[in-house]
Amino acid sequence: MDMSFFKSRRLWVLWLALIILVGLATLPLYGSLYMTILMTAILMYIILTVSWVIFSGPTGYLSLASAAFFGIGIYTSAILLPNTGSAFPVLVVVIIAGALSFVVAVLVGALTLRLRGIYFAIFTFGLVELVKQVLIFFEINVTGTRGRFIMLVDTHVIYFIMLGIFVVLLLTAYFIRNSKFGLALRSIGENEEAAAHSGVNVTMVKVITFGISAVFMGAAGATIAMRWTYIDPYIAFNSLFSFLPVLMAIFGGLGQFYGPVIGAAIFAYLEETLLTKFPYYYMLIFGCVLVGTMLFMPFGFTGLIQKGWRRLIGGQHADA
Amino acid sequence: MPDSMVRVLDIAIGGLLTGGIYALIAMGLSLQYGVARVLNIAHGEFIMLGAFTTFTLYTVFGINPLLTLAMIGPVVFAVGFLLHRTMFTRLRVMAPNQDVYTANSMLATFGLLFIIQNLAGLGWGANLRAYSFMASGINIFGAIFAANRLVSLGFAIGIGLAFYIFLVRTRMGKAIRAAAQDPETAGLMGVNINRVLAVCFGLGAVMAALAGTLLSMRIPITTTMGMNYTIIAIIVVVLGGLGSIPGSFIGGFILGIIGTIVNYIEPSLSMAAYYFIFMLLLLVRPKGIFGK
Repeated sequence: MDMSFFKSRRLWVLWLALIILVGLATLPLYGSLYMTILMTAILMYIILTVSWVIFSGPTGYLSLASAAFFGIGIYTSAILLPNTGSAFPVLVVVIIAGALSFVVAVLVGALTLRLRGIYFAIFTFGLVELVKQVLIFFEINVTGTRGRFIMLVDTHVIYFIMLGIFVVLLLTAYFIRNSKFGLALRSIGENEEAAAHSGVNVTMVKVITFGISAVFMGAAGATIAMRWTYIDPYIAFNSLFSFLPVLMAIFGGLGQFYGPVIGAAIFAYLEETLLTKFPYYYMLIFGCVLVGTMLFMPFGFTGLIQKGWRRLIGGQHADA
Repeated sequence: MPDSMVRVLDIAIGGLLTGGIYALIAMGLSLQYGVARVLNIAHGEFIMLGAFTTFTLYTVFGINPLLTLAMIGPVVFAVGFLLHRTMFTRLRVMAPNQDVYTANSMLATFGLLFIIQNLAGLGWGANLRAYSFMASGINIFGAIFAANRLVSLGFAIGIGLAFYIFLVRTRMGKAIRAAAQDPETAGLMGVNINRVLAVCFGLGAVMAALAGTLLSMRIPITTTMGMNYTIIAIIVVVLGGLGSIPGSFIGGFILGIIGTIVNYIEPSLSMAAYYFIFMLLLLVRPKGIFGK
């Protein structure tokens, strides 16, 4: 295969991305209000999933801390944008939330990223619960409140902020993937010791990437909180938000850049449409899909499609 | 006896009573996680199933919970055994290495958690359920404990000891210990590794269900009760050392006593204290107190 194919393909992808982006940016002009709200939720899940993949995809460290950073974002919104009194500009709050998540992630990362394998997963899972429990204690005994109300923000503003975070995230993910930094990350995933011997500052690369992925989770949390308007520690630090990105990424397929995006979009749509009608059944279906994905589609949805495609064209791209 | 002494005794015995259940739950997870390498997030759901089965059998059919204890074992063992034989064996064969298997099987058990919990929610509803069984108080040097708590401690220790003897004295026990040390080598030495791992998973599920039966005698139960116990079990297993079954038995009692002390000082912080200990432990000594 000659290079012009790749060049034309890359150009084609770029055009497609631009068309989709324009379509998303003008959505409020032609879509209903419900469409905008639905798209906000879908974008939120895509952001959570792709930012999880930025760190856990190449390195293989299974992080279950997403809910912690997401929750930090939600609480930043709740504290800086109360429904009464003066408020910060909305965009500033989102940036503060991202920065705060970054700082926490770097601190936690510096402490814990020397834990290998499943210990890291357990630790990050424990982190979410610890923050939740301490916050509950704090709210009951110190502030004497239960839950907080958040200022009402225009649905379209929320949508555009979410879209903005999404675009920045995709650009970041793209640049990380196609840079020396991304190469260093992948080498850590392949063999951490070999990477260290080849001159990669292993700890630094891991901690920084963990921090970058947390920025977007925090920002997404701060944004979606404005739509939820009421939050408490159970809502903000729900460990489901740690597991959903993992499931969505694996369901979509980690092998391809667009896999997690597709996985998140499908799942978020299913959740938004099923959750209100059949809550018990939704969670039941969720469980069955999770088990089924692990058992029968270890390379995810895109992996399945590629396999089918390969079979269709007769193994021409057998190692694609 | 002076008041303060009674209080100390109250906490000490209370801690042992809680610890007994923790020890049983943790031993079950230790078999599943330490030996079979499945970090079973749905472990607590087996506890919940045990508790609700006992509740239904007692309130609807009038069957004594202690009798349920004997009946529930073989059924749950079969379920756990088959689950491992079908689901986890497939995952193990497909995974390119140990780390991938650990991560994939953990995510699969997370799915299992949702399936079991929501089926139970559909069947039993979301309300708190409780029944009264052997609730009369027994006085130990001035500190008073419900009879059912003492009975459950007795059974927890009894089951733990019986299992220990099984591990030390039988061929299957020896195979399990070998698999805990090194599954690959154990397989090469002629141990039927797939069967041993499935037996471990089944036994782990049995211990969870039995703990559920014992728990239902003394506390109100809900279909969402499982997660907290799963987390406690994970903490104890890490505390006791991965793959060390006596370690998780002793670790259960340690955590029970710590929990009771914190609960005495500030009840709303007991879960937070568990996490704190756990995270400290992971950072300082990830191999656990009894780990090699």
